[in-house]
Parts: sequence; structure tokens; C-alpha cells
Amino acid sequence: MHKIAITSEGPSLDDQIDPRFGRAAGFVVVELETMATQYIDNGQSQVMAQGAGIQAAELIARAGVSCLLTGYVGPKAFKALAAVGIKVGQNLEGLTVRQAVERFQSGHVEMAQAANREAGH
Amino acid sequence: MIIAVASGKGGTGKTTVTASLATVWEGPLLAVDLDVEEPNLHLFLHPTIEGSAPAQLTVPEVDEAKCTYCGACADLCQFKAISVMGQLLLTFPEMCHGCGGCLAVCPEKALSPGQRELGEISWGKTGSGGFLTGRLRLGEAMSPPLMRQVKDKLNQMLAVGGDAIIDAPPGVSCPAVNAVIDSDVILLVTEPTPFGFHDFKLAWEAFAPLGKPMGVVVNRAGLGHGAIYQFCGEQGLPILAEIPYDRVIAEAYARGRIIAEVSSGLQETFVSLLSKIRDLAKPGCPKQAAHA
Amino acid sequence: MREIIIISGKGGTGKTSLTGAFAHLAANKIICDLDVDAPDLHLLLQPVRERQEEFYSGHEARIDSEKCTACGLCASMCQFGAIRQNGAGFMVDPLRCEGCQVCVAFCPDEAIGFPEKHCGQWYVSATRFGPLVHAQLFPGAANSGRLVMVLKQQARELAKAHNAALVLCDGAPGIGCPVISSLSGAHLAVAVTEPTPSGRHDLERVAELCQYFQTAFAVIINKYDLNTEETARIEDFCRKGSWPVLAQLPHDPLITRAMIQGLVVTELPETTFSRELQQAWSRMEDLAGLGR
Repeated sequence: MHKIAITSEGPSLDDQIDPRFGRAAGFVVVELETMATQYIDNGQSQVMAQGAGIQAAELIARAGVSCLLTGYVGPKAFKALAAVGIKVGQNLEGLTVRQAVERFQSGHVEMAQAANREAGH
Repeated sequence: MIIAVASGKGGTGKTTVTASLATVWEGPLLAVDLDVEEPNLHLFLHPTIEGSAPAQLTVPEVDEAKCTYCGACADLCQFKAISVMGQLLLTFPEMCHGCGGCLAVCPEKALSPGQRELGEISWGKTGSGGFLTGRLRLGEAMSPPLMRQVKDKLNQMLAVGGDAIIDAPPGVSCPAVNAVIDSDVILLVTEPTPFGFHDFKLAWEAFAPLGKPMGVVVNRAGLGHGAIYQFCGEQGLPILAEIPYDRVIAEAYARGRIIAEVSSGLQETFVSLLSKIRDLAKPGCPKQAAHA
Repeated sequence: MREIIIISGKGGTGKTSLTGAFAHLAANKIICDLDVDAPDLHLLLQPVRERQEEFYSGHEARIDSEKCTACGLCASMCQFGAIRQNGAGFMVDPLRCEGCQVCVAFCPDEAIGFPEKHCGQWYVSATRFGPLVHAQLFPGAANSGRLVMVLKQQARELAKAHNAALVLCDGAPGIGCPVISSLSGAHLAVAVTEPTPSGRHDLERVAELCQYFQTAFAVIINKYDLNTEETARIEDFCRKGSWPVLAQLPHDPLITRAMIQGLVVTELPETTFSRELQQAWSRMEDLAGLGR
């Protein structure tokens, strides 16, 4: 069972990718074999003074995903994701969740070696 | 007596006033620089440093052999400094606030105290008094942890008696509050410009609830407008001194001179200020009413 | 879209006054006041508020006196001295509470609540120079940089919506969390300094900070004529670091005169000062990669 997470502005495959990771509105978790989706709301991150990226990493790790597709990720979140072997595809803002998944499945998403953002909060 | 010299706006003359007061002070005095992000007091008092020590914050270190990944530490931590990811425990020491919660909650005793460097504390002598300062390490985001440790050292050094004067950081958020909260008297330094007045009101709102006697020094008097005097009158805030706006003073300051030494008139201003501060600190003197 | 941030290290060098002037000179931009502790830019821009949002960040502990059995465990565990005895029970001092949750988690009677902390407000306003994104932290609030990030995010979204080429930010003084947050994603940081011992000392720290975070850095020397030897030393320092000195501005009461009238310097009849400032602005546009 191959699951990936995509940062999203809403719960459906046709919602826009949320370019942020730590403060993303939520995560769409897609089971690639069936295209079944599950939505993890990330609203509680708004009140966090710091560490939203690390919390987001915990959330998607608990959902059992092997890969994350998003716009940008900061260094602490990247470290947390790398530690549990979750691969990261960055710079995908502007696409819908569905488009990002398709691009990933056709092998057109390069997996990041490093965070593409400085630390935020 | 511990007196804190603060202001809402930066650049109004806190350090200038602190250094000048230190030179006219009667009796033993410890001059303390709590503006740990940009400490400047030493540039005017030229202290002889006798000792210094790195300041460390206690942060968690993991013994992976004992950790069962129960997540109790991560659930407690409000700052995401410790995180359970699958079968891994990650720590982010730069996020830690040093609350000790994870160390206390771990059921397996898998966490032990480690260190994060905050910066440095130095102490010594200046003139006939003592000197104490903190300097935040570049890249260290938080000043309150270092400020707390400087204040601990302050209390140690004051155990032999005498007064202390604290040069506080500018602003009204938690570093500034941290600097004034344990003092006996707060001296607010301001300038009568629109920015000065605006930030002065913020400072008054922030510090009035502490219920400590507060007095005002108006620096660069004559530069702006009179709103500040009206405000102080309305709030019952005594104006203890005025330093005139004068290019001669500005140039002396730019050369690193202590303002109280520029002229006998200015020296007298600070001698008088010291006397008024002592009066303000006396019990029975009308204190600033707590802000409703 | 480019982001330029005006910082200072030391407060009172003229950062906000110059940012106001740049807001006048720049075409097609969103203006942002990131000094959320003691914001002053609005005093020059007279914003008309169009949107107001509450800012909540972190939590604070509140002891329910009905449930408290006065065992004192909370006070003994608190690393921040925030819990004191109060009559028959204990009380949390909101000005000292770090929001760490330790007392909440360990209280044997579950007597401590942990509500979100209302730390401030932020606004989107209209000004004669364009949209302004600004905020006010409540006194004593932790200035973690989070509110700075919220404002930057808003400014960037507005820039996209308005097709603006530039986000121009008035930064915070110092080198701590809020300044570090301000630098994130900035294309150019311009430090406004003054030729005084504190001015140069603080400039060195802020230059090193920008180097550490790899932000392009340039300098404006304000009030250069107060001490021309110190000005020369600052120029030397900048030459060694290969940082351009964009302008040397004379000490001019014009700045305060404009401030009192609620105007920026470039709205008054032209002087040497405003001419130098306009040249500095052209160079800033080039450095930040803004097409003209």
C-alpha cells in the first residue's frame, strides 16, 4: 500500500496545492493503488508560536505516507521527514492535488535533497 | 535599590542616562547591561572585565536505548523541541525554552540534561562600582533565557549590598518586561517626538500594571512637541529630568563621551535626578497606580 | 516580486523615517511594518484600517482557585518564576508565564487551565502610498517572530493580488527572533546606522547576522556629520565586508519636522538630505533587482 501526502487548500483532489508545509491548511493523503483519499486538517498549526513544520511532519508520518508533495519545506521539517524516510517533492505550487499526483506517478517529480526554504515559524 | 532604565522606543537615551547616573552615583553601585542583543553600556563605562562564563540552557538529550517512543515528551512540549517520528526521537535544541517538562515526564528516564549555548555573561569593575553584562550569541533567537541568568548573577553580586542600575532593552515585549519586572523603580527615558511619545505610551501601558514607582526623563527636550508633558501630568507621572536637544551633546555622545561629564550643568542634572529617584523609591511615596 | 527590509541593529538611527520616505519613492509596492513591538510607521502614513485580525499564539496557564488545593507543586516546578502564592492558593503571573504546560500537566488536581494566548492584533490598511500591513503586540507578549511571519505572508499575498513588484518592510531593532524572521526570504537588507560607538557596534552585529543568514546587505550612514572619524571607520568596516554604503545623510532636524507634520521627509521641499535619499533609493532598486 503506497500512500503519499499532498499539502492542500482543501480536502478534494481538485483543490489547489497549499505551497506551505508547516502551516498548510491541510493534507490530502492519497492511496495510490485505489486513489482513495483521506484529509488531515492542519488548522491547529495556526496558533503554534513555533515548530509547525515539525508537527506537520509528525502528522503525516502517523498517517503512514512514504512521500510528501508540496511547495516548500523549511530545514527543521525537512530534517524530521528525512529522519523517517519520507521523500519530499518540492516546488509544486500552482498545481491541483490531482495534477501533482499524476506528475508524481509519471516520474516527473524530482525528490529533494535539501529544504528549499529558510526556517520560518 | 534596583533601578531599571527603560523606554518604548529605541535610541531615546537609555544607555546614555544609565552611564551618566552611574558616574554620579553615591554609594556602591552595580551597573548592569540587560540589552543582551545589542549591549552598549560597556562602550561608555569602559569596565575592567574580571571574569566571564558561557551561559547555557538545559535542553533534553536522549538515551535511545531506554526510549520506548511513548511520545509523552512530545505531547507535553509546546515548542516542538522534541518529537517522536515512528521509531525515532528527534530533538531540536534551538527550539527549546528550557522548561524541563520532557525531563520530568519521561517514564523511562531516557532523557538527561544537555546544553545549548545562549551567549556569554561577563563581570568586572567600572569606576568605583561593579559591572555586569550579557551578550547573546549571534543566531540565538531568544533573549529572556540569557537575561534570567544575568539576573541570577546580579542577585549574587548584590548579596554584599549596594544598589544596581539596569540598562534595559528597548520595546515593550517580553525582553523589556523581563528586564524591569524585578526592579524597585522604573525610569522611562523618552524624547518628545511623535515616535518617542507613541512608544512611550506603549511602555507606560506595559509597565504600569507592575505597580512600581515610575519616573520619566525627557531627552532631546525641545525637539518635538509638548504632548508628552500633558500626558505625564494627566497620569501623575513625575518628570525627573530633562536633557536639552543640543548638537553639542549629540556630538559628545557620538564620540563616546558620558553626557554628565560634558558640562557642570549636565552633571547637576544627573545629581538632581539621582536624588529624585531615591525619593521615588522611598516607601510611602505615592506609587504609580496600577493600570485598570 | 522583491522584498526589501530596512533594519538597524541599534534603535533610533532613523530606520522608520527612512522607510517612510522609501514608501513614498517606490512605485507599485506593499508596505509592511514588521516592528510589531513598537510600530511607528503608521504615524507617518496615517493608515485607514480596512481589515483587523486577532493574533493568538501559544498558550498561558490559569489556575482555577476553586480546584486548587495549594500543594505548591506547580510553583516548585515552574522554571520561569511565574507561579506565586496568592492568599489561600497559587496564581500564575501572565507576564512571566512561558506557556510551557508543565504546571498544567503535573497538577494533581487538574486545577490549571491552558487557554490560547491573545497576543496582539494585525491590520491591513490603505495609505496615500499604498497598502500597509501592520500589527501591534500587546505589552509583555512574547515576540517570537511568528507575528512577523504572519505579516510577511499577508504582504506577499497582497503583492500577488495587486501585481506589486515590491514588498518594503520596516524591520525591528536588535538581532533576535523578530529580526531573524524579518530576514527570511528578503532579497536585500539595508541597515541604517549612525556614527556613534553604539551605532557601529550594533551595525557589526547586524551585519554578521545577515551574513549568517546569507542575506544581501547594504548600509546607510545617517547623521554622518556628528562624528566624521567614526563615519570613516564605518566605511572601512563596510569596505572590508564588501557591503555598499548607499548614502551618507547629514544630521537634519528636517526628519523630526516632517514627523510632527505626519509627513515623510521627501514630501517637504527638497534639501541635500532628500536628494541623497533619492539616490540611495535608486541604488537599492538596482541591488534588489527591481526593474525600472
